[in-house]
Amino acid sequence: MKYVDEFRDPAAAKDLIASIHKMAEQLGCSWKIMEVCGGHTHTIYRHGLEHLLPEAVEFVHGPGCPVCVIPSGRVDDAVWLSGQPGVIFTTFGDMMRVPGRAGSLLQAQAQGSDVRFIYSPLDAVKVARDNPDRKVVFFAVGFETTAPSTAAALAYAKKIGITNFYVFCNHVLINPPVRAILETKNVTLDGLIGPGHVATVVGSDHFQFVATEFRIPIVVTGFEPLDILQAVAMMLKQFAEGRCEVENQYSRVVRPLGNPEAKRVLEEVFTPKDSFEWRGLGSIPVSGYRLSDEYESFDAEKHFDLPGAVVADHPACQCGLVLTGQIKPWECKVFAKGCTPDNPIGTCMVSPEGACAAYYSFGRIPQILADEGKPE
Amino acid sequence: MCLGIPCEVVALLEGDLATVSVSGVEREVSIGLLVDEGIKVGDWVLVHVGFALSKIDAEEADQTLDQIKKLGQVWDDELDAFKQTEIR
Repeated sequence: MKYVDEFRDPAAAKDLIASIHKMAEQLGCSWKIMEVCGGHTHTIYRHGLEHLLPEAVEFVHGPGCPVCVIPSGRVDDAVWLSGQPGVIFTTFGDMMRVPGRAGSLLQAQAQGSDVRFIYSPLDAVKVARDNPDRKVVFFAVGFETTAPSTAAALAYAKKIGITNFYVFCNHVLINPPVRAILETKNVTLDGLIGPGHVATVVGSDHFQFVATEFRIPIVVTGFEPLDILQAVAMMLKQFAEGRCEVENQYSRVVRPLGNPEAKRVLEEVFTPKDSFEWRGLGSIPVSGYRLSDEYESFDAEKHFDLPGAVVADHPACQCGLVLTGQIKPWECKVFAKGCTPDNPIGTCMVSPEGACAAYYSFGRIPQILADEGKPE
Repeated sequence: MCLGIPCEVVALLEGDLATVSVSGVEREVSIGLLVDEGIKVGDWVLVHVGFALSKIDAEEADQTLDQIKKLGQVWDDELDAFKQTEIR
């Protein structure tokens, strides 16, 4: 338990671990719990939580890594955009290394495209303001956590009269892929660890459908190891008492109705798209945002004639199965062989929130490969 | 990208912007998504990609920061990004 001493409250963590073991023993069967958010996946692997919990509690890693769910075709479009005359292409650092068919944005930058990494969509607006002769495109990715920032940046750009700013919108909604996974026959889940920061915006009530329609518990959870342990304990208690409810472990930050202003600006600036193509999940109706008609002039997809091809993933890549919890990262054929964080084939190996990168980075690969008798 | 950074508000600026400070680094962020909260100097907020998304109390912020710093590389990268670019 060397890691536990680093937790916020080591004594509480040890008590929780003991009580989880006791509850699991009394329950006497095994439980598959999906952590929806990549931030949780990162915490679980970084702190070795799966080793602190009873074997009866299995974490299944979910689709909530915004980098991981972007399909190859959209990366190709981003690389294409970055190469258009007069374009300054701005992006979060996380997207720089995602491979497309014609390479990554990092490679496009090395080949002369003006690709700039930024921290905030507001930085992209500033780049546009400072470069009135150029077309500044922002590669918008992320769930409802990040989407309000893009929306507010667009509202600001509109207010100050910026006309050379364009958003390549890949914002996605959390509920549709969760619903798609819960409806998948290959995956049977007993409970969900709900995404804390998405819930900061949408509110914990947003996940009521999980309990009502699918009859499983969901616990909205913070990102520290102690938060996740508490969530698991809350979940086991629900199992023991035969309840399936939405509970909010992260109430120090998350409110039942979320952030009203963030929701308002989302509604003003975005409109749900008819469908969005997800890596691994395919096309899901009403699962992504486009710019609303009022913001049409900022829409990169309207302004530029994007190739927009739907591109199959690399044939060896099994990100789709990882993202839907059907295989573990190390069960992928190319994990740690052809696909590593330095030379990723699939998106799950790119982002620190990707299940594959998280697992690869925290050093249990040799042990796993040895256990399975595979060659290094 | 998805990491929320607890920051202290050190100055209120025009246009829903504020200067915030964390780990000795200052930058401008938007507090426009917290218009209903009446944010003032000395408040702590959780910042995502340049926007304060929720108000938190100082003690909570302190404990969260302690934990986030233990993330190592992920925290270093986020703080670098935070430092690297300026809104104004």
